[in-house]
Amino acid sequence: MRAHLVVLAHQLRTSLALAVQYRADFAMEGVVEVLWSVTAIVPLFVVYGERAEVAGFSFGEALMVTGFFTLLQAVLEGAINPSMTLVVEQIRRGTFDFVLLKPRDAQFLVSTARILPWRSLNVVTAGALFAYGFARLGRTPSALELGWAAVAFGVAVVLLYSLWILSVSLAFHVVKVDNLTYAFGAVFDAARWPSSVFRGALRLLFTFVVPLAVMTTFPAKALLGRGTREELLGGLVAAIVAFGLSRAVWTRALAKYSSASS
Amino acid sequence: MSFARTARALPTLLRVGFAEALAYRAEMLVWILSTTMPLVMLALWHAVAREAPVGRFDQGDLVAYFLAMFVVRQLTGSWSVWLINMEVREGTLALRLLRPVHPLVSYAASSFAEIPVRGLLALPLAGVALVVFAGDRLTRDPVLWALWALSILGGWLVTLFVNFAIGLLALLVESSTKVMDVWLAAYFVFSGYMIPIELFPRWLRGIVEIMPFRYQLGLPVEIMTGAHGRLESLVLLAQQGLVVLAAGALVALVWRLGLRRFAAYGG
Repeated sequence: MRAHLVVLAHQLRTSLALAVQYRADFAMEGVVEVLWSVTAIVPLFVVYGERAEVAGFSFGEALMVTGFFTLLQAVLEGAINPSMTLVVEQIRRGTFDFVLLKPRDAQFLVSTARILPWRSLNVVTAGALFAYGFARLGRTPSALELGWAAVAFGVAVVLLYSLWILSVSLAFHVVKVDNLTYAFGAVFDAARWPSSVFRGALRLLFTFVVPLAVMTTFPAKALLGRGTREELLGGLVAAIVAFGLSRAVWTRALAKYSSASS
Repeated sequence: MSFARTARALPTLLRVGFAEALAYRAEMLVWILSTTMPLVMLALWHAVAREAPVGRFDQGDLVAYFLAMFVVRQLTGSWSVWLINMEVREGTLALRLLRPVHPLVSYAASSFAEIPVRGLLALPLAGVALVVFAGDRLTRDPVLWALWALSILGGWLVTLFVNFAIGLLALLVESSTKVMDVWLAAYFVFSGYMIPIELFPRWLRGIVEIMPFRYQLGLPVEIMTGAHGRLESLVLLAQQGLVVLAAGALVALVWRLGLRRFAAYGG
């Protein structure tokens, strides 16, 4: 455990050094990040200019969903996508062998390989969204609600991570999966609205197949004190199952891996 | 660099561009998959209009609007800014400068040649969906369809010139792709891509209508969904023409300023 923490610290330091080597770019990235968050919010302003409530969510409540969406997007684009691009590249070139040779768990090394620190600006944006949303609702969340929301958000991160490990395992069989990041990013965009916006087949799809509802709407509902026990327990079970499954698939894929270079 | 010579080279340039686009069809398909934002927006607006129409839009109108938006984005897209940035940085722009055809003409040709490939990939599904789910919301007026074709051309030209102007900025600063990101963020919000222009609050609408973004995407969609009559469409087309000219003048300016500074790194 201790050794893993040391490795983690080193990986983070490398990523940070890589990110700040072009300073102008670094500042620009920050500005662009904030602008992109704004594009996610403007439509909500327009929509709620027309209606007080959409699909059972008021403006303040919908902002919670957007807040969790922003947070999760930071995780996806700041930590998950860059590492994925890197590992797929390594598998394609055969340099993945060097990762396997290292005396640490390969999944751990791969998962922490690259982070983009400026994405953490999204945390500030999300915080502002939560604050503004609660100001509009005219109340503050209780400690219990905060706790449940934290659990629900943890579930979301684990689900996202498991999906990612499953995709990377796929890279051992089909070499070109880096495009998957774009496709997944496009699907993930649908998570920015409360899941009750969707009806019928789409709703089932976004709850059980690609669990977008579990990722952003459930935490938002928990934070608002509207989460049900079924949602939270279901989410927890799903996260545990998904994590176990992804680990099993990863181990199997690794066992079958024959280097690209040899 | 005579006009006649360029005209003679154009068919070949287009053929080469088409072949290139075809060779990278998988990437193109992924790009199409990543332009699903209109569909995501459709889900939200559809829910908003569940009980009562929004403005003049009922649910059927919204389906027509956003499916049309998806199609129009495929038809007016251009990504020259990334290509120009890469070629400036790697110095391969020098090779284009040596050829007897203006580099911008060759960029334009390859961008134009991508359109049919994107159309072939996207239209079978999106076009059929548009006709089946929202065929009755599209205009029946052949004159308006003719104007629509012009507005598509105009929208593509605005997009292309913006790509050129921002791409050529790379000659003056190291890399201009971040500038493009800023442009894209504004373009997504104010072009009608996420929100029909009509639905903006009144005070904002006046500002949005004088911005260039609407002429890239919003106008063709509005014409094909019958939002404007013939005369109004013509007036809007004329305004689009002015935007095209202004963007073209900007390209010429950046080109002259930038080329003076160009040194073929590593060329």
